[in-house]
Amino acid sequence: MIYAVAVFAPLFGSLVAGLSGRLIGDRAAQAVTILCMILAAICGSTAFVQLVFQGGSPGTVALGTWLDVGQFQAPWALRYDTLSAVMVAMVTFVATLIHIYSVGYMGHEKNPVSRFFSYLSLFTFAMLMLVTADNLLQLFFGWEGVGLASYLLIGYWFDKPSACAAAIKAFVVNRIGDLFFAVGIALVFFLFGSIEFSAIFAAIGQHQNAIYHVLGADFRAYEVIGVLLFLGAMGKSAQLGLHVWLPDAMEGPTPVSALIHAATMVTAGVFLMARMSPLLDYAPGALAFITVIGGSTALFAATIGCAQNDIKRVIAYSTCSQLGYMFVAAGVGAYQVSIFHLITHAFFKALLFLGAGSVIHAMSDEQDMRRMGGIWRKIPATYALMWVGSLALAGIFPFAGYFSKDAILEAAYASGSAVGLYGWVCGMLAAFLTAFYSWRLLIMTFHGAPRADHHVMEHVHESPPVMILPLVVLAIGALVAGFALKGLFIGPDWAAFWAGSIANAPDNHVLAAMEELPVWVGFAPLVVGLAGIGTAYLFYMVDPEIPVRLAARFGGVYRLLLNKWYFDEFYDWLIVRPYFALARLLWQVGDATLIDGMPNGAAALAADGSRRIVKLQTGSIAVYAFSMLIGLVVLVSVFLLFR
Amino acid sequence: MNAVGFPILSLLTWLPLVGGLVILSVRGDEATVAANARWTALWTSLIVFALSLILWVRFDRTEPGFQFVESLPWLPEYGVGYRMGVDGISVLFVLLATALTPICILSAWDVIRTRVREFMLAFLILETMMVGMFCAADFIVFYMFFEGVLIPMFLIIGVWGGPRRVYAAIKFFLYTLLGSVLMLLALLAIWHQAGTTDLAVLLHTAIPPAMQSWLFFAFLASFAVKVPMWPVHTWLPDAHVEAPTAGSVILAGVLLKMGAYGFLRFSVPMLPLASAEFAPLIYALSVIAVIYTSAVALAQTDMKKLIAYSSVAHMGVVTIGIFTFNVQGIAGALFQMLSHGVVSAALFLCVGVVYDRMHTREIARYGGLVHRMPAYAVTFLVFTMASIGLPGTAGFVGEFLVLVGSLRVNFWLALLGGSGMILGAAYMLYMYRRVVFGRLTREDLKSILDLSPREVALFAPLVILTLWMGIYPSSFTTFFDASVGAMVDQHAAFFPPVQLAGVLAR
Repeated sequence: MIYAVAVFAPLFGSLVAGLSGRLIGDRAAQAVTILCMILAAICGSTAFVQLVFQGGSPGTVALGTWLDVGQFQAPWALRYDTLSAVMVAMVTFVATLIHIYSVGYMGHEKNPVSRFFSYLSLFTFAMLMLVTADNLLQLFFGWEGVGLASYLLIGYWFDKPSACAAAIKAFVVNRIGDLFFAVGIALVFFLFGSIEFSAIFAAIGQHQNAIYHVLGADFRAYEVIGVLLFLGAMGKSAQLGLHVWLPDAMEGPTPVSALIHAATMVTAGVFLMARMSPLLDYAPGALAFITVIGGSTALFAATIGCAQNDIKRVIAYSTCSQLGYMFVAAGVGAYQVSIFHLITHAFFKALLFLGAGSVIHAMSDEQDMRRMGGIWRKIPATYALMWVGSLALAGIFPFAGYFSKDAILEAAYASGSAVGLYGWVCGMLAAFLTAFYSWRLLIMTFHGAPRADHHVMEHVHESPPVMILPLVVLAIGALVAGFALKGLFIGPDWAAFWAGSIANAPDNHVLAAMEELPVWVGFAPLVVGLAGIGTAYLFYMVDPEIPVRLAARFGGVYRLLLNKWYFDEFYDWLIVRPYFALARLLWQVGDATLIDGMPNGAAALAADGSRRIVKLQTGSIAVYAFSMLIGLVVLVSVFLLFR
Repeated sequence: MNAVGFPILSLLTWLPLVGGLVILSVRGDEATVAANARWTALWTSLIVFALSLILWVRFDRTEPGFQFVESLPWLPEYGVGYRMGVDGISVLFVLLATALTPICILSAWDVIRTRVREFMLAFLILETMMVGMFCAADFIVFYMFFEGVLIPMFLIIGVWGGPRRVYAAIKFFLYTLLGSVLMLLALLAIWHQAGTTDLAVLLHTAIPPAMQSWLFFAFLASFAVKVPMWPVHTWLPDAHVEAPTAGSVILAGVLLKMGAYGFLRFSVPMLPLASAEFAPLIYALSVIAVIYTSAVALAQTDMKKLIAYSSVAHMGVVTIGIFTFNVQGIAGALFQMLSHGVVSAALFLCVGVVYDRMHTREIARYGGLVHRMPAYAVTFLVFTMASIGLPGTAGFVGEFLVLVGSLRVNFWLALLGGSGMILGAAYMLYMYRRVVFGRLTREDLKSILDLSPREVALFAPLVILTLWMGIYPSSFTTFFDASVGAMVDQHAAFFPPVQLAGVLAR
């Protein structure tokens, strides 16, 4: 019951704020949504504690029928197991903090902001529906619902053309993944005759060797399903190839970036992998694919993060990269580890984004780090909190990221497979780059000579307590979540904690293998991270000429990174512009000329023909008599000839 | 006589015509006549709608065959009768028609200023024809209503339409008539074969395989134009652009369903062998429709034309679903028809709202409407999202069920037929952005007014219906579960159980 309250309280807040926001005013709308969120957070945490620590039993909360056609059944129901409860607790907790933070951040808006709070709560509701789904279709409902909220929030400042474009881009790119996801759901139904998780997982053994024929070859059906679902996850979680929407999504207000594009929505793909773990564990090919894409994304996005100048974009690419890590963990079968990193990442990445928001707030909406610098004395609290976030992100002991990132790299190494090793190498390189760009960000933003004009500098001010307090709470999370949760999530008793909500196949021993690795594997990420910090210190603090010389020396590489590997340009050239050209061609040539040409031509022919025939009717008796005579002659001759 | 004790279907069919006669008998100056015509038409259509709710309540959802049957001898020696009846497949379309007609009449309230009496009369006649067509349980009766729909619609486009109304009206008329002629031939052939035109009998009459192919193509010619399927779709954008708002609404909402309804009523159950044989052709045309018209929609500069092209794409999904011959596919197709009836009708109303104010449908003439019209922006967004097929709105259910059904046939059919999910999002959001978002720069838009109470009354039921159909579609799917199940079983009986494509071995 309290579980259902946790899910539906945000919806209630969203409806009140959205439908009557203009009536009750901004203050009341904010109060309603925040109270609903606090209620949801209390209920969500209680539900989690009851389940895990007080011996509560997992189950489902039935709400009603959604679809029931033939054998295709999709009820509305809330699934209550460890995985869902963990996610509910995290989502409601982080979302509540971000709601509170937004009161301060959106305080300077000229227009009413009840709409903003309505959207935020709507997003939270959709995300909760996603993580509590009891069947794949309801998961898809939440999946698309967060997509809608993301679209609305990225385009929140609808006067800005760039924000509108980014919103459409996010929606359409996500839809590409969603199509594959939907086909995957259909295939699950085709194979299992059901899309409810309990029914699917119960029948895993029966269909192991089912074959599906596609792309001119036979594949095991589980592999096909795994790949299709992962393609969906790639869209939502911004993995290599479908990542292009995430950096642009930074057009939205910063709390949105923190909630949706760092802590929760983008991790939905990872959640999906963990949710489908009983099936994926029997799809080694799909898992290998996931590992390769995840590892590549982790490294690829980290390289871009090193060359960006927009403070939010650096963090966005960092998110992309960290999601890659999570997929590496899922790909080697360590789903528990991926969820561990998902949770710790939610704390420190939300902290970093909100910290960046605090900086932007202080700098009169400046986002370019080249026009910052020298402000750390003016906003010491933000500065300190950004340090905490960066330490956690870079994986420095004892911050949260140290435990979870370490575990991912250990799992990748322990898997012993070639793709696992690939994921490990990518992860190690990315760990170095992560630390590097994090300190590049810190130093460029806070240190050195001030590069903003004096108007901005005079205005630099610490954010109000309503913004700083949520940051402090998140910082505490970023500090303690690692060692507090490690024992539960991936400790020796993980099986008791997850209670079957994440299931491993009998031959999946990756978690056990992690315990038996050489010592250096455990220390390597920390060393690499410290090296990254040192390099950044050398480059940007000691001798700022080094990066300039490097950029000049390796101009090609620098431009490649600065322009994000030219992905946007490539897609524009390959897809967007040809598609628009094709659209015009099909319309003006295909429809207007060819297809319409036939009826229009026939009509013209008929009109033309009759106009000529009309001319025969001259009204002259002599002509008529003459033609009758000719006709008679022809008739008689034919009759005589062929008699 | 039937479940309610009086001939309800005939009443629903002919009552609008009675209202039309009342309108005809009004005398007085022009303003009086116009006012009387409006109110008479509105009340007539509302009464018809209220009566049609009896069907909603009393329809037996477990019974797959015809219900509320009426039968009068007409030409008994030839097996022709005046037979009415609805089954699970048709009953919701009757309700769709009776629900949309009052909305259309209200939407034309003070927009149509010339020949108001004739306009309202045409609409009531149109309602008679539409309802009669969905209620007909005799082929001859069906054919007469099917053709009869053309006449009032032809006039609505041709008299109250835009600048190119005559071209559009004649194109609309000729396209649909040309197809119907072939259907008439098919009808005669079937009549000759079976000796009766009673649908309940015809649905179980075996037609020789050699004949099925010819009949199939004759039907295809008629229904494909009505759907419309690619490449006979070009009459639709023209008709929509030129038609007045109310005409577009009813055209998109109900008339477009006639073709797909014909496939379901005749082609699939009566010609199972030919349907199965030529299903790949339908798949190909439908997939082309989805991809081709979605692309064309993106390039449009006229709001109505864009939505018209999107209709063709959405109906492509419907035809895929019908010819999958499985429960999910056909149920999905039916649901998609209903949801498209509500959503596209609402989208045309949305265009009508701004057209009434600015007298242009050029997308480029708008921008930033959200600043002046927040309620309109929300309404428009709801229907945009429903058109895109967002889960929780009506548009999702049908599209997804068809996807499930088509995957049983072929992976690529599912993937390509589902590509409307992506392409649809592109053109709809692109239009929404250009019309609603952005800065409000044009001088003439700076005083534009938000929705009036009349417009709120128009949209409120459609918004509720869209969400209802999305969140609790079972209210609707239970109507046709039994009929669809029976149809699928009947179809499957013609074919030996074959290995389904895809999963080969366990």
